Amino acid sequence: MAIEIEQPSVGLSKVAVSETHGEDSPYFAGWKAYDENPYDELTNPSGVIQMGLAENQVSFDLLEAFLETHSEASSWGKGASGFRENALFQDYHGLLSFRKAMASFMEQIRGGSAKFDPERVVLTAGATAANELLTFILADPGDALLVPTPYYPGFDRDLRWRTGVKIVPIHCDSSNNFQITPQALEAAYSEAEAMNIKVRGVLITNPSNPLGATIQRSVLEEIFDFVTRKNIHLVSDEIYSGSVFSSSEFISIAEILEARQYKNSERVHIVYSLSKDLGLPGFRVGTIYSYNDEVVTTARRMSSFTLISSQTQHLLASMLSNKEFTENYIKTNRERLRKRYNMIIEGLRSAGIECLKGNAGLFCWMNLSPLLEKPTREGELALWNSMLHEVKLNISPGSSCHSSEPGWFRVCFANMSEQTLEVALKRIHNFMKNRERDRNLKVI
Amino acid sequence: MALSKNQQLLSKIATNDRHGENSPYFDGWKAYDKNPYHPIDNCEGVIQMGLAENQLCFDLIQKWIRRNPKASICTAEGVHEFKNIAIFQDYNGFKEFRQAVANFMGKARGGRVTYDPNRIVMSGGATGANETVMFCLANPGDAFLVPSPCYPAFDRDCGWRTGVQLIPVNCDSSNNFLITKAALEAAYERAQQDHINVKGLIIANPSNPLGTVLDRDTLRSLVSFINEKKIHLVSDEIYAASVFSTPSFVSVSEIIEEMECDRDLIHIVYSLSKDMGLPGFRVGIVYSYNDAVVNCGRKMSSFGLVSSQTQHLLASMLSDDEFVDNFLKENSKRLAKRHSMFTKGLEKVGIACLKSSAGLFVWMDLRRLLKEQTLESEMNLWRVIINEVKLNVSPGSSFHCSEPGWFRVCFANMDDDTVEVALERIRVFVEKQQVKSKRKFQNNLNLKLSCTPRRYDESVMSPHMMSPRSPLVRART
Repeated sequence: MAIEIEQPSVGLSKVAVSETHGEDSPYFAGWKAYDENPYDELTNPSGVIQMGLAENQVSFDLLEAFLETHSEASSWGKGASGFRENALFQDYHGLLSFRKAMASFMEQIRGGSAKFDPERVVLTAGATAANELLTFILADPGDALLVPTPYYPGFDRDLRWRTGVKIVPIHCDSSNNFQITPQALEAAYSEAEAMNIKVRGVLITNPSNPLGATIQRSVLEEIFDFVTRKNIHLVSDEIYSGSVFSSSEFISIAEILEARQYKNSERVHIVYSLSKDLGLPGFRVGTIYSYNDEVVTTARRMSSFTLISSQTQHLLASMLSNKEFTENYIKTNRERLRKRYNMIIEGLRSAGIECLKGNAGLFCWMNLSPLLEKPTREGELALWNSMLHEVKLNISPGSSCHSSEPGWFRVCFANMSEQTLEVALKRIHNFMKNRERDRNLKVI
Repeated sequence: MALSKNQQLLSKIATNDRHGENSPYFDGWKAYDKNPYHPIDNCEGVIQMGLAENQLCFDLIQKWIRRNPKASICTAEGVHEFKNIAIFQDYNGFKEFRQAVANFMGKARGGRVTYDPNRIVMSGGATGANETVMFCLANPGDAFLVPSPCYPAFDRDCGWRTGVQLIPVNCDSSNNFLITKAALEAAYERAQQDHINVKGLIIANPSNPLGTVLDRDTLRSLVSFINEKKIHLVSDEIYAASVFSTPSFVSVSEIIEEMECDRDLIHIVYSLSKDMGLPGFRVGIVYSYNDAVVNCGRKMSSFGLVSSQTQHLLASMLSDDEFVDNFLKENSKRLAKRHSMFTKGLEKVGIACLKSSAGLFVWMDLRRLLKEQTLESEMNLWRVIINEVKLNVSPGSSFHCSEPGWFRVCFANMDDDTVEVALERIRVFVEKQQVKSKRKFQNNLNLKLSCTPRRYDESVMSPHMMSPRSPLVRART
């Protein structure tokens, strides 16, 4: 039977042909430039330095040292049955020992200011999956989540692509250090209402990506009151909670709830992952911690699509249940990140560049608005292009994070050695010096 | 906090039933969980025969792991790779992993096909793979035809979050459960009349629950059918290397080499959960001949990537040709032996199974033990088997089989001794049936039949996700 191959092949789904996966944004275009010409201290010292990747590479030695001294992490427990049991283990509840270790780790990060129940820990393959899964549970296609800008570019894909849910921005700007205000919350809600879109929740990232700053207690209280008033959900993505430079400065929504004896807490869900704090994005370890029993049950069922490898659960259970290790790790990691942060801030300041005052994360929120030819998105992208192709630094333009104010850039500092960071700072210094010189020449 | 108030706060997907757990079939699992068999501690307990796991070849894998400490990032020999592995989250996956999986898939098909590593897309197990494929191919409300009886969780995997519906194409014993063109055409036409947009056909080959492989002619007619209708073909080949006798397995990949076909319509789902017995490692694969589906699927794989630690281990293991060749051979041999032992034991007591050459289970024919050829009778018999014979088997209706009296019985998740115990219990049961009158049979039922969906609390776990508690494991602890 002849089949005409020339005919257009049968179509794919709407989801498949949409662009909501977001890969055509400049956030990802910079990666191409890096991929094509990656910096290497020895073999390619004039290549592009990757500063668009929020990875934590400052504390691997601690993890490696643990593995070298704890052989139980590499074995599968007593005798032959250990491997077999682990290899067969696909229970969507997850390894109890691992859930306990995660709950305990989350408690330690918060300095004991909140308790976490291992029975509420739902495991997913990364925070990417956790955020999408929660969205499937909390909202119907066409509904919206309110998300403060600027936000992590991946949210466009994670929250919207396959779920059909929309994001309505809660606008924040530099007039008050990009803090979320009650007015902004109300405005976003009204905007959605005006478009006849049902708002199902607010999703915050605390500490914030890309701002690199924690949300203040009073703001968290306001957000919680807001969602309670509107009878909607609150998702708090606390993926950087262990990357706060000073332990006292992070307030988790869990603390707010505990202080209120968990009244109205069934609308709150926390997302966490080991990708940033432990620097293990490859292992795909995400969790949803929900105060809502229905959500826990449903999320658990849904996690079938995205379970964590039992081998990885076993390894991390042994690592994270070692309190001596985790306490030391959390403390040391914090100090090293703070040191890195100070280094980049100082370096930028001496080049005449200011950043938002930050206290967390793997990046700083750099203000290059004084350099813009025009205070527009186009002006920002033009500057970004210069940074990428002339200065050879891949940094993330604020517009890719949906920043309503042009000229801000997210610059990562923890995914490289100190030497490389020095090189990057030198390049920025030279860039600024040359600009100053060119400007002065023009004046003359 | 009232339950109904909660339900209003959650999405339709969250509050509907397509997760599939509100089904009466969980009684079997409950019975097992409450009273699991153990050769010493609980020899009267329920034997788990409802779990399609392959536990026959762990020794081979463990031996390899012990001999190759570099493949683990936790050993002294392998820890120097820790950092590189730990930061690797590229959704393309390690090149070596894709190559190793492509290599394994080719060898499982006797080298008759080669697979392109660049078409290997990762997913969260076959569960994730089937869902991903549906997200790529179909819109909410669209439908896929699925020959039945079929894997019960297809409905959840293919339709829960995607909104895709599955339309069964019924097969029965009149022709050994073959899929006929007539049945496909009828199902397709009915869908058209109901204004349902059919986007494709999904098959499991080898079949779960039948354990049969599709013959060449049937495969060719399926490929013709989908080309004619311009719909997709998804072939779930998760049991490809769990074939232990003839007829041997023919993959759709082989068929498309032999006949004209629009390759953009052909997609394979695979996993290491059955063939290698590693369900915990969550290695699901989407292999599509359609470039757009590969690209889209790859982006979607971000939602279910394989742990880089696991990719690293398996890349090493599956690129060891000597290991793979030996594993595939041994696995088939051991499955053949187990299958033979079990079916011969059943034959001795007059129980026949559908002739099969693959899978981790048999499709057992208990029609003659039914009081009436009805679903109700099947469920009655099933409850007797669970509660009296103390075997957790899966009734055909749980696979949407339209013909009552068939049961899927798993045989690869236990040791030989346990198989003997199970066979003995079946022998005793069958002999009792022959003695009893039909009236007495009726009186022995001490459980009310309940087919209405019930909500189960957290103490009942999904059969697909339950902690395996094989008697073998318990015996050693």
